[in-house]
Amino acid sequence: MSSATIVNLPDPSTARIPKMNFLTRENGLLSWLLTGDHKRIATLYLISITFFFFIGGALAGLIRLELLTPQSDLMAADTYNKVFTMHGLIMIFLFLVPSVPATIGNFVIPMMVGAKDLALPKINLLSWYLYILAGGVMIYTMMVGGVDTGWTFTAPLSTHYLNTNVISAGLAVFIAGFSSIFTGLNFIVTIHKMRCPGMTWFRLPLFVWANYAASILMVLGTPVLAITLVLVILERTIHIGVFDPAYGGDPLLFQHLFWFYSHPAVYIMILPGMGVISEVISTFSRKRVFGYTAVAFSSVAIAVFGFFVWAHHMFIMGISNYAALVFSLLTMLVAVPSAIKIFNWAFTLYKGSITFETPMLYAIGFMGLFTIGGMTGIFLGATGTDIHLTETYFVVAHFHFVMVGGMLMAFLAGIHFWWPKWTGRMYPEKISQFAAVVTYIGFNLTFFPQFILGMLGMPRRYAAYPPQFQVLNVFSTAGATVLGVGYLLPVLYLTWSLRYGAIAGSNPWQATGLEWQTQSPPLTENFTEIPIMDHEAYDYEWLERQQAKEVASV
Amino acid sequence: MAEVQHQHPPYQRHHFESVAQQFDATNFAMWLFLLTEVMFFGGLFTAYLIMRNWYYPAFVEASHHLSIFWGTTNTAVLITSSFTLAMGVWCAETRRKSGLVLCLVLTFILGLVFLCIKGIEWHAEWVDHHVPGLRFSDADFINPALDPSIYKEYHDRPLSPGMALKTEEYFFLYFAMTGMHALHMVVGICILGFIICRAWAGAYTSGHVTFVENFGLYWHFVDIIWIFLYPLLYLISRHT
Amino acid sequence: MSHISPVLWQFLAKWLQHCPLFPPEASTIAPQMDALFFFLVLISLVGLTLVVLLVVAFSVLYSKNRHPKAVQIEGSTLLEATWTIIPLGLFLVAFVWGALIYFRVYTPPPNAMNIYVVGKQWMWKVEHPGGQHEIDELHVPVGRAVQLTLISQDVFHSFSIPAFRVKREAIPGRYTSVWFEATKPGTYNLFCTQYCGTGHSTMIGHVVVMKSGAYRKWLASSTSGMSLAQDGERLFASLSCNACHNTRPNARGPNLVGVYGSQLTLDDGQTVTADAAYLRQAILDPSQNATEGYAAIMPTYQGQISEGGVVELIEYIRNLTTGYRLQETLNTTQLPPVNESKTAAPAPGAQTEVNP
Repeated sequence: MSSATIVNLPDPSTARIPKMNFLTRENGLLSWLLTGDHKRIATLYLISITFFFFIGGALAGLIRLELLTPQSDLMAADTYNKVFTMHGLIMIFLFLVPSVPATIGNFVIPMMVGAKDLALPKINLLSWYLYILAGGVMIYTMMVGGVDTGWTFTAPLSTHYLNTNVISAGLAVFIAGFSSIFTGLNFIVTIHKMRCPGMTWFRLPLFVWANYAASILMVLGTPVLAITLVLVILERTIHIGVFDPAYGGDPLLFQHLFWFYSHPAVYIMILPGMGVISEVISTFSRKRVFGYTAVAFSSVAIAVFGFFVWAHHMFIMGISNYAALVFSLLTMLVAVPSAIKIFNWAFTLYKGSITFETPMLYAIGFMGLFTIGGMTGIFLGATGTDIHLTETYFVVAHFHFVMVGGMLMAFLAGIHFWWPKWTGRMYPEKISQFAAVVTYIGFNLTFFPQFILGMLGMPRRYAAYPPQFQVLNVFSTAGATVLGVGYLLPVLYLTWSLRYGAIAGSNPWQATGLEWQTQSPPLTENFTEIPIMDHEAYDYEWLERQQAKEVASV
Repeated sequence: MAEVQHQHPPYQRHHFESVAQQFDATNFAMWLFLLTEVMFFGGLFTAYLIMRNWYYPAFVEASHHLSIFWGTTNTAVLITSSFTLAMGVWCAETRRKSGLVLCLVLTFILGLVFLCIKGIEWHAEWVDHHVPGLRFSDADFINPALDPSIYKEYHDRPLSPGMALKTEEYFFLYFAMTGMHALHMVVGICILGFIICRAWAGAYTSGHVTFVENFGLYWHFVDIIWIFLYPLLYLISRHT
Repeated sequence: MSHISPVLWQFLAKWLQHCPLFPPEASTIAPQMDALFFFLVLISLVGLTLVVLLVVAFSVLYSKNRHPKAVQIEGSTLLEATWTIIPLGLFLVAFVWGALIYFRVYTPPPNAMNIYVVGKQWMWKVEHPGGQHEIDELHVPVGRAVQLTLISQDVFHSFSIPAFRVKREAIPGRYTSVWFEATKPGTYNLFCTQYCGTGHSTMIGHVVVMKSGAYRKWLASSTSGMSLAQDGERLFASLSCNACHNTRPNARGPNLVGVYGSQLTLDDGQTVTADAAYLRQAILDPSQNATEGYAAIMPTYQGQISEGGVVELIEYIRNLTTGYRLQETLNTTQLPPVNESKTAAPAPGAQTEVNP
């Protein structure tokens, strides 16, 4: 196996974790809670989003258990409604939106652009506190009885017809939104103003481009959601407002405002994931990303087009047929950049020198699942088939293929990829590869049957369903069990590796990014001196020359 | 490396390479934040425009019940406060400490004056039963003659009961928009208080004007929001 | 497998056999939509196969063992153009094809028979023009275009019949419509697919498609004795609408005979078509929809008539094609004395009494 791997570890007998690094620089709880260091904030984020991921995951488990049988026997319908609502809210606003940007992005973007920190470290810390506050309010919401609006807060259901904790849930999302705005803002400023000498826009790693595009969406889209939630909360408290038709409002206005954020939000979630895939695929095929410019601009194209497709969530809601026509056309256009990315990644492998470490396995899994997720998006973007498929399990499956099959795979790829940099240690390779395969199998078993259920017409958000849908639901629940194991394993072995993992050295994957040219874990200032970028991104020949020089000098 | 660090002015944060970079970055960040704010208020403006289009007569007659006098005064107060703040930034740049403190205090006072006037207006709406949800009656619109001072000026036609109800929609948006604006003012005034203390200690007259200047951007932005609110809520269709 | 009891084994076999993998096609639009669906499945499979093939082939050919030294390649404009243009072309085909079907589903033919559907938490109320009322059931004849006019009494609902491949949201405060022509007799699922609160998953029912003979028999056996228009007439009279909306020349409200479908000029100069949506607005929020030449004195009926009642009134007005029907309504109800109404709205020169 040794020849089939690029892992290049220092000699275990002499290797030591550098004494001075961002983890050991200061000690004590306060040094963490008041830190301005982007790497420490990223670590705080990693711990907190993992926590919320497992809460959301447990809720997902409850949903699947309930759907094992056609009757609503495990939970009553109102409990079920609360469970899927909390699952959606937690997974979207407390896991998916901050997952890659706030953890991996926070950790590597300053290093990738050759800066000592993000431009606004205090704002970065504020963003984490807002996130924790949002999480706290969300947990409070759950404690006092939950909320059952669905994550979409659909008015007038949310404004007048439910007596659950809509206000505190709305508040949690509002606060989480500002956390996300501040992260996005920080990234944009950092990428614009903090690049090191020689780091031109087209020398930036594609991960930076992807996060830049996602940040634009965060900064411009999230405030619209914030104001929408303010209006919902006001309408709920004083019983007059702009959404409920009984009070002279327009429920479609709510849909427009909500989806104006929430459609771009799915690009906020997936774009950083795509950035991870670009890094991973390039590194493990030892080759620059095929069509760098095309991949970079396709991210920006997704961000731009992403703002003009929101009404495709409303095709059957009585918007004018011609509006549907326009939004359908724009939806087809936004699908193209994703296709471009997929093919560019595939061709990055061409004439490479490929190895299959864990991050690469996740990345390859991403490509397959994201292709399915993306293509089924066309089914929903084409107005005709959307009529039949929307609001059914087809949408649920499509969304999970993109978000779980796509984003979560990318997140895990990223975590496994940058883990040695983050902690200075390797995780056990065989178990992690096994976990990647388990995740892949479990995922397909869980969500593929849901496409068929959707085609059969099974509506989403049903606590009870006609018995003819049971077989496929049983498959789905069985798959979810496998998937759960797949997600638990990394937590176990990654925690194990913190103490017992092999010392990784500064560049175990032989990757080219600037973050790999410094020690692992990095210093608080990232670099001993500010680097000067004198080569293109993904220049493996430069890396070889560099290493040859080091060997010669030793 | 070490000696370079010693040359840094004390206000330069460690992770910036130069003061120019620090200024550039924070200034750019402020503009981005204002962009976010534009989108935030944009949602409110959209709702307002749609509702106005739907319930035009109700919006016109309800707007007659706002006080043009106070509205105009407040606009003047706010524009003046922007002027004094701009003067403050100039004082900071030219390192005039007492001038800076004076300008900031003036701005602070004008901000408070704005809020007080806003309070007077809101109180008037409370007295007139125009606070949606809490204390609202559409009697003034079903029978405009009930409020002779306004009737004398505008000769409003009575609204039908259905339309009169929609005036509540107007006042809902009025309170939502001016309330959100006032909230921004309150935040601004709090930060201003902090800046005054720092300025008194001489923090901004030794070449470090970034914070004052960025705060100025925020203050002017809040001002501009009002410049849009004022015509939309008070002025348009005043005389039809 | 001998240790699995035969009962359980039979159960499993039966269970698996009763698991459909494809919904029945029971409307004229269903095969058309399925054709597009399978086209999309086809291009998805081609796309997926291509991606998988590329990844697997390159992984095998260029694995580190076989290909230890990577060859650096910048990219290729030709290839970029290829995988921009070909997917774009395919997506545009899907777009045009989809739009054709979309317009077909949401453009009811003029001769379609109209059935009103009112959604409320958590049931579907179906009102047939003949006065048949149904809850969570819909009976339709085979081979005839049926238009559904939907509205919701409270929150968003969505009326979905998977076997027909049609679905439309029932929205509070406005009418939406969808149509279908059933092709196969049978009983099909009817779902509410838009999340609408606690009882969302109980808001299900059946659509029964019947041969025309059976359908006629069903119509006759389940009528309430009054057609929808007759219900509307009764409501019209009981709300004393005819105090103003009568055919008298001095009437305070416009004449409603033949108003359905006509062009009206409103008080504010706008021209509108008097369709169901307009009539609903005019009943619930009359002040904004007053016809030119009439004072906006009609009180609002918001909150006083249920959506079902509004539907009845509209159906009544739609069927008022001659003055005779209205006269009949007038004759059967007590009108306020003519003199009193005149003092309220003096109309000089139009004092002649026409009503015998």
